[in-house]
Amino acid sequence: MKLRWDTAVGVLLVAVFLTGLGTTDGFGSRDNLAFAFNDIVEVALMALPMTLLVVAGQVDLSVASMLGLSSALTGQLWDAGWAFETIVPIVLLVGVVGGLLNGWLVTRVGLPSLAVTIGTLALYRGLASVVLGSNAITDFPETYAKWAVDTTTVPGTFLSYPVALFIVLAVVAAVVLHATGVGRSLFAIGAQEDAAYFAGIRVKRVKLLLFVVSGLVSAFAGVVFTLRYGSARADNGQGFEMLVIASVLLGGVDFDGGKGTLFGAVAGVLLIGVLKNLLTLNDVANEVQVIVTGLLLVASVLTPRLITTVSAWRHRRAAASTS
Amino acid sequence: MSQSASTGVPVLALEGVNKSFGAVRALRDVSLELFAGEAHALAGENGAGKSTLIKTLAGVHRPDSGRVLLDGGPVVFHGPADARDTGIAVIYQEPTLFPDLSIAENIFMGRQPRRALGRIDHKAVRIATAALMARLGVELDPDRPARGLSIADQQIVEIAKALSFDARVLIMDEPTAALTGSETARLFSVVETLRAEGAAVLFISHRLEEIFELCQRVTVLRDGRWVASEPLAGFTQDALVRRMVGRDLAELYPKQDSRVGETVLSVHRLTREGVFRDVSFEVRRGEIVALAGLVGAGRTEVAQAVFGVDRADAGEVRVGGVVLRPGSPTAAMDAGLALVPEDRRQRGLVMEMSIERNIGLTGLDRLGRAGLVKRALERGRAADWAVRLQLKYGSLADHVGMLSGGNQQKVVLAKWLATEPTVLIVDEPTRGIDVGTKAEVHRLLSSLAAEGLAVLMVSSDLPEVLGMADRVLVMHEGRLVAEIPRDAATEESVMAAATGLTDGAGGADGATGGAGVAGDTGAPGPAGDPAATGPTGATGDAAASGHTDATGDAGATGPTGATGPSGAAEHTGEAAGAGPAGDPAATGPTGATGSTGTTGSTGATAEGTRT
Repeated sequence: MKLRWDTAVGVLLVAVFLTGLGTTDGFGSRDNLAFAFNDIVEVALMALPMTLLVVAGQVDLSVASMLGLSSALTGQLWDAGWAFETIVPIVLLVGVVGGLLNGWLVTRVGLPSLAVTIGTLALYRGLASVVLGSNAITDFPETYAKWAVDTTTVPGTFLSYPVALFIVLAVVAAVVLHATGVGRSLFAIGAQEDAAYFAGIRVKRVKLLLFVVSGLVSAFAGVVFTLRYGSARADNGQGFEMLVIASVLLGGVDFDGGKGTLFGAVAGVLLIGVLKNLLTLNDVANEVQVIVTGLLLVASVLTPRLITTVSAWRHRRAAASTS
Repeated sequence: MSQSASTGVPVLALEGVNKSFGAVRALRDVSLELFAGEAHALAGENGAGKSTLIKTLAGVHRPDSGRVLLDGGPVVFHGPADARDTGIAVIYQEPTLFPDLSIAENIFMGRQPRRALGRIDHKAVRIATAALMARLGVELDPDRPARGLSIADQQIVEIAKALSFDARVLIMDEPTAALTGSETARLFSVVETLRAEGAAVLFISHRLEEIFELCQRVTVLRDGRWVASEPLAGFTQDALVRRMVGRDLAELYPKQDSRVGETVLSVHRLTREGVFRDVSFEVRRGEIVALAGLVGAGRTEVAQAVFGVDRADAGEVRVGGVVLRPGSPTAAMDAGLALVPEDRRQRGLVMEMSIERNIGLTGLDRLGRAGLVKRALERGRAADWAVRLQLKYGSLADHVGMLSGGNQQKVVLAKWLATEPTVLIVDEPTRGIDVGTKAEVHRLLSSLAAEGLAVLMVSSDLPEVLGMADRVLVMHEGRLVAEIPRDAATEESVMAAATGLTDGAGGADGATGGAGVAGDTGAPGPAGDPAATGPTGATGDAAASGHTDATGDAGATGPTGATGPSGAAEHTGEAAGAGPAGDPAATGPTGATGSTGTTGSTGATAEGTRT
């Protein structure tokens, strides 16, 4: 039985968690766990559509910029006196439009998603600055903010509302990826797009849909982020795209497409979250945390490749010695 | 084996060579000897191992076991450059020249004579090239760019290049497949020149008459095994075919009779600019229609436009009378179309997916409710078809990449048959698969047609076309130039149309041109057959052996030529590409009056280049 990468990451997560319990005071407390999970909830949310995208051989680098645009827009509209109940649908709509633009450029114009979303990464962040400049809007009322913070929990659990919502969405995403026709086509598109197209799968439509969902979820993550910190700024969530992609790849989703599980991606996010929390509790500087994340990302991309290279080499050597 | 009139030690030889690709054993214990001054034919069906053998000689593949012998001594080629440096040259069906360089520059690419300061001595290059052309007896301007040269001329350039390397062994892989009769004649005279100078020639062609014309000995391969190496003198084409096939042709092409029903697929004036134009045809229930032609004639493109993976610029496709939305494979599938594409690994299958998921891919909306996929249904669908197609597999959860080529093709077929199509388009359905599986695929297609499926089969495999098709549509340079009924379809009539030999006869484009050509090419069939036996209940074997008899007769004794209008016909009867040329002599009875004039002129050119 071959050890699967996503299982390995799951095991690693449990090991790190247990190590944390044994070595770090306060790590296992209810409050800390609620905080730790809520602290990465935006990354976790955005990792769900990202997993589907990467499985289909695509990537969306503009997610964190969309989060920033959404945050800036939320702040600006609130400042202009709009009702929060009106602001949220508008912001989500902007997310859909941003996703449509990404998807349109990829499927209709035919550009690679990496190139397109590097462009929109800059574009959406730029728009965020245009909307809000260097201002920060901070006067969000407690009535709304309390829904996003870790100290408000779903009754009977230590889960914050955003985390609870993430769990629901993760289950939905897992079902879509692993138990529906759409999921099957995502794997086919990622592994061999031509073959998927020749099998009658509407490749362009599926890809477009993925980018739209990614935009929508990123905009929603922007709202959560704004409320959680009680602060709307144009540079909110800068660099999160790297964390999102790192989590997904760490979870064993193949950057070349066609391989991966949602379980793995979620395990990847949690591993990054737990590590971050442990490092913080042990007073490790923020810069070092960034380095650790970077190393994890490199390792997650390198290790599977290293394993195949080594096993191929051993295979060849075995073949050579028998002949 | 080597007792023929040769000079002892072979220039190049294979001894007990084995070569496998994964699970596929391409060559098993194959031996071959090439002697100086001898043209040696390599015969065998597609997939018999000919290409692997050539690539082994050319240093592309290294044998798993066995030896390559050069002048009697073992030699190991580490790459094509090694083989070339020892004087082995390979001419492929489609040469690869640098289009923007001149003929002379192509020949001396990378090793031009230099003047002081490393400047290329263009004059010396030109003079050397002109000398090579003179030696080959060909008139080609050394300064002409390679772009725009015909395939025949490009091959001559390749041969000139081989000469410039002092090649002692010339290997030619189906060089005549894309040539016209007169071009073939010129190629043969060039090869004769080289042979007379002492070169060893290995020649591959699926046209048996060419083998007999050019070669002195033949080696036959079947399923990767050596079958025979014999002198060709005293050998008949029939005997050669028997050795190649090694079984009844009826078994390989088990064409069942089926009732032809109403038209289900009708294609009207389909056009893709620069690819194909004005293609119209119909396929009826129970019918297998072959789409034949040379590589690049636009057959695959037509198939893909019909299915909607490529969008046509004009024209329409109707399935069951309803016009299909263009450019939508999904709509085509809903209408009952299925396409088994040519490129199995890129387009037919997702190689890193399991067997069951590949088969399920065409029915994702039918494997459960509300978009969900029930694994039991998915597995059931795969299991049903795996049994029906006798798929050999370990587990349905295995990657398709682990299967042999033939079994992979079965998975593609299963994937599409599971959609219960009314029209099945298959593009090169048996390319690169072993003879056993090939026969199974043929049996399957035949029985599906008998059950009422309409089949459109794109194929470059002439025996397959002749053995399986009820009608043969032939494309040439993007146009449908002939429609040949089963009775009249022979290698000659199909190849004549495919190479455009009969294209001129039709003259203008459009329906009238096509009809004229069809009548013309149809003629040789009835002409050849009476000489053979007179077609009775003819099935697979009649078609295949029919052609051999026909050509044999035309060339050798010429009973068909007896009624010919002139002595010229006798002559053309022997000429290369004689099929269409020799036949009009005999065609009188079938009223091929319109075509006699034109074919007469074709005959004249063939004769002209020969003398």
